[in-house]
Amino acid sequence: MRVPRGSITGIVGENGAGKSTLMSILYGFYHADAGEIRIDGRKVDIADSKDAIAAGIGMVHQHFMLVETFSVLENVMLGAEGAATLAAGAESTRAELARLDREYGLRVDPDAIVGDLPVGDQQRVEILKALCRGAEILILDEPTGVLTPQETDQLFRILATLRARGTTILLITHKLREIMAATDLVFVMRGGEVVAERKTAETSAEELAELMVGRKVRFAVEKAARTRGEALLTARDLGVVDERGVRTLDGASFELRAGEIVGVAGVSGNGQSELLDVLSGIRAPTSGTLRVLGRDIDAEHPCGPETMRALGLAHIPEDRHRLGMVGAFTAAESAILGYQRDPAYCGTLLIDNAEVARRAGLLMERFDVRPRAPGLRSAAFSGGNQQKLILARELAREPRIVLAGQPTRGLDIGAIEFVHRRLIERRDAGAAVLLVSAELDEILSLADRILVMFGGRIVGDMPAAEADERKLGLLMANIRSEAA
Amino acid sequence: MSAGASGLPRWADIGLLPLINVALALAAAGLIVLAIGESPLNAIRIMVLGALGSPEGIGYTLYYATNFVFTGLAVAVAFHAGLFNIGGEGQAYIGGLGIGLALLALDRFLPFVLLLPLGLLLSMGFGAAWAFVPAYLQAHRGSHVVITTIMFNFLAAALMVYLLVNVFIAPGSMTPESRKFADAAALPMAHDLLAAIGFKVPSTPLNLSLGVAALACVAVWAFLWHTPWGYELRVVGQSEKAAIYAGIRPKRIVIGAMCLSGGLAGLVGLNEIMGVHHRLFLNFVAGAGFTGIAVSLMGRNHPVGIVLAALLFGAIQQGGAELSFDVPSITREMVVVIQGLMILFSGALAYMARPFLEGLFALRGEPSA
Repeated sequence: MRVPRGSITGIVGENGAGKSTLMSILYGFYHADAGEIRIDGRKVDIADSKDAIAAGIGMVHQHFMLVETFSVLENVMLGAEGAATLAAGAESTRAELARLDREYGLRVDPDAIVGDLPVGDQQRVEILKALCRGAEILILDEPTGVLTPQETDQLFRILATLRARGTTILLITHKLREIMAATDLVFVMRGGEVVAERKTAETSAEELAELMVGRKVRFAVEKAARTRGEALLTARDLGVVDERGVRTLDGASFELRAGEIVGVAGVSGNGQSELLDVLSGIRAPTSGTLRVLGRDIDAEHPCGPETMRALGLAHIPEDRHRLGMVGAFTAAESAILGYQRDPAYCGTLLIDNAEVARRAGLLMERFDVRPRAPGLRSAAFSGGNQQKLILARELAREPRIVLAGQPTRGLDIGAIEFVHRRLIERRDAGAAVLLVSAELDEILSLADRILVMFGGRIVGDMPAAEADERKLGLLMANIRSEAA
Repeated sequence: MSAGASGLPRWADIGLLPLINVALALAAAGLIVLAIGESPLNAIRIMVLGALGSPEGIGYTLYYATNFVFTGLAVAVAFHAGLFNIGGEGQAYIGGLGIGLALLALDRFLPFVLLLPLGLLLSMGFGAAWAFVPAYLQAHRGSHVVITTIMFNFLAAALMVYLLVNVFIAPGSMTPESRKFADAAALPMAHDLLAAIGFKVPSTPLNLSLGVAALACVAVWAFLWHTPWGYELRVVGQSEKAAIYAGIRPKRIVIGAMCLSGGLAGLVGLNEIMGVHHRLFLNFVAGAGFTGIAVSLMGRNHPVGIVLAALLFGAIQQGGAELSFDVPSITREMVVVIQGLMILFSGALAYMARPFLEGLFALRGEPSA
């Protein structure tokens, strides 16, 4: 793989294709078993991140490596304080920041506390951090996952400026749209190998997708038409004000009907998580009413997750590692999380562990969880199999309402198809499915009806047949209100 | 393949590693013994013989181990709920107060068969109540339980001094201790029980509390791994978010786990007050609450491990006493040093030898792989 100086090069590939491993080797987190790295034709040996910095490589991680309670200046200085007292380092860093602001228009207030900055600015701090250490090669790992479309555009403008000044940029992503928009050159990775190299101007998103997966991709999912049934869940003016006093969910009104999949589109952090929390009973609404399978819920009459489950509502949580299962528990133990008092194995006093394990084995077989080892620690399973285990637990009881939060995030194509099939299966069996996803393609292909969330409000509600990417994208960015 | 994430076979992880740690601690202690001019080998011989070489030594070892089992289980239960209960010392002290109050009030009126359940109930109840306040503060106010339980140890100590000096002191006595209980209020001693079935053993403080400790181990094991409450407690300990997702209320679990933990620690009172001394007096817990932390750590918070670790610490306590008696230049404080080293190596440095051991196993595994 050869990357020319002063270019923006994209690296695309599915999860597990080896993109992140490759970058980790470049940045010295891992050591390569074979092969070599050359910078400017000179062979370099990168054993740790110090070597990488010395070689002029800077990295902006997907999850920011910032100390939130420190100021921008302190964060940029971190690891490069210079002397025993901070004053000298602070002065030179401040001057350096001012220079970068002049040259690249990277404006951030050096004395602002990082935790108070919007996400886009925090990312800028990461970039500044790398540049302050003299990075000439900048690696960005999935930089747009947390950004709004506007922030993404801004980022790409910054990258273009950097390129103009001779910085080499490596952009890792799985979003083809961004590759097409921002890069000059693109490498496609699959199964740990670079399978193709293309000039961006000479390729298309379709071709790249095909190269990524290794076969023709069908974005459409097969599903039969279904008539909408009765309303199983009705929300009226649902609102949440969180502990900090921020209104994270604002006047949400909608219905979930039997036999339909309702997709919730939106940039993450616009109230989708709070919506799931309220619907699943994890959080009580602070205003509005909710009717779930005949039960009325409002701020005075909350209803916990255990009661919701008893009513027939299943919840596939967004954060499957921390919510959906307990990593240190065995798969069998994780497979009863939330259902630990089911009389099928829980008597008045004791849990029948043998029965729990037996049932977990059956579930794992039905939902093809590999390896089929109920006694193995949950954390030892791969992401896809963990999600299958959660799916098995939540769907095997044939719930009438399914809440699915980002159910395919971080999964490979095979597991994604599996999850999709199971969700459609539930819908065809007459359940109502609420699908929250950051992937527009997923929502467009699965949902019968689509809600769009922005700033805690539902700003769009339309049948899937009337929706397309452009329309949803405008709603997600709330373009109408911006124009006003 | 069965090595799991640790890179060590399970038996090496839970069996070999602790043994290595104990050996390291003994080696370090040996160096200190050498430095004060005594023979380490002789010291170890005296300790082992003193703790395990005679029926009397074994009796004392088991008697000390009984306390450590109670406090070790107390730490373990809280630990599984994600809480670090440092307050075993105070909870045991107040548990003893509970049992003492009951016996002072009722020892002349009730028979033993009623006093025993009453004693169990009150030692656990008082210990639990002493743990409840920090637990409530943790659950509802976010005051860290480590800080509050430490403070409650001091509160318990001060309260007991006050009560013994001003309230319970026997009339005409100069020492701050209560009157002796009636004979009906004494737990049967092990040597009396053994004599009844024909074994003559020397008299030791070992008493029926040992049986209670054994039952407590089984009960804690069953509770943690075989009941829905234990399951929920462990979920909270692993991930509060997962617990909320599963419809479990972490605040309730935190309070429940701490009360159970305090109750178990309170059983030290059963052993010391009802079992051995038959009166209330100052400082009868004598550090067992703190030793329980090391016992639980070393026993990997599992009842089986706790029993083994408690036996080890019991043996050190007893063997150490013999040692300081037999070798005058090795003082009581020296024994505390050995205990401290034991805690250092099996608690704080528990995984120090691990990379080395993993390396060994990797070497051994390679040719066959």
